[in-house]
Amino acid sequence: MHIPDGFLDPKTWIGCSAITVAMLSAAVRRTKEKLAEKQVPLMGVMAAFIFAAQMINFPIIGGTSGHLVGGVLAAVLFGPFSASIIMTVILLIQCFLFNDGGVTALGANILNMGIIAPFLGYAVYNALRGVGNVIASFFAAWVSVVAAAAACALELAVSGTSPLGVALPAMLFWHLFIGVGEGVITAAVVGYLERVKSDLLTEIVKV
Amino acid sequence: MRKEIWIGLVAALIIAGILSPFASPNPDGLEKVAETKGFIDKGEGKEVVRAPIPDYVMPGLASEGVATAFAGITGTVVTFVAAYGIGRLVQRRKAADSKG
Repeated sequence: MHIPDGFLDPKTWIGCSAITVAMLSAAVRRTKEKLAEKQVPLMGVMAAFIFAAQMINFPIIGGTSGHLVGGVLAAVLFGPFSASIIMTVILLIQCFLFNDGGVTALGANILNMGIIAPFLGYAVYNALRGVGNVIASFFAAWVSVVAAAAACALELAVSGTSPLGVALPAMLFWHLFIGVGEGVITAAVVGYLERVKSDLLTEIVKV
Repeated sequence: MRKEIWIGLVAALIIAGILSPFASPNPDGLEKVAETKGFIDKGEGKEVVRAPIPDYVMPGLASEGVATAFAGITGTVVTFVAAYGIGRLVQRRKAADSKG
């Protein structure tokens, strides 16, 4: 779902970048207050794991593929503010080292996958926690991908790249399926951590 | 939590270094929409910077599988160091603030 250079017009990418910068500075302030020192290495591991997992495109129907975004996985384990910082690091490296996502689209890509996905997903996760961590993370992850895809379609439409009536249903259609993959992977990792009674689920200060 | 650090890092390196060459080469959701809705060409040749490892293929290696694996391992290590470093930076600023 990484938007390349050329898909967004200047008003859209500048607008998205401004929102992203404002949100990230809030995230840094919050994280600075609450982040426990011992979990800093774990944030590095989480970022590395999500980067690696994002490389694994899985096939869905119709000759299309998808890969993990990871925003909800990071949010469930570390909280949404920390997750947005983790996702930003990943997206920066993907952009500047691997040309995955354009430089001009970086603000929009962080907004979609690094802010909307973890924050909305985390809200869904919290609302559903009563039914158990695994099921809650599955649905949260699914919602996060569908919402990020909708945001992407909106940005394409505002840019005049593809009308909303065309881009939105098309993006939603594919990401309804890709979101299932996101849900399965997220729920599998959370389920594994729960089964091995990992401290990650209990001792981490969620920011 | 030391155990989780090692398990997580090893898992990430295995995924990036061994599984990545077997990832699906099919277009992802956005690429597919761009292809079918006729705006994929808007992104052709518009890259603002030249990335050193474009499209997760390490330049100079004959086998694409090996080149992808090396790109994956490189990215995983760089991401770990960067996220760890930024975390430490935020921590240090907190310590400095509370002293001052």
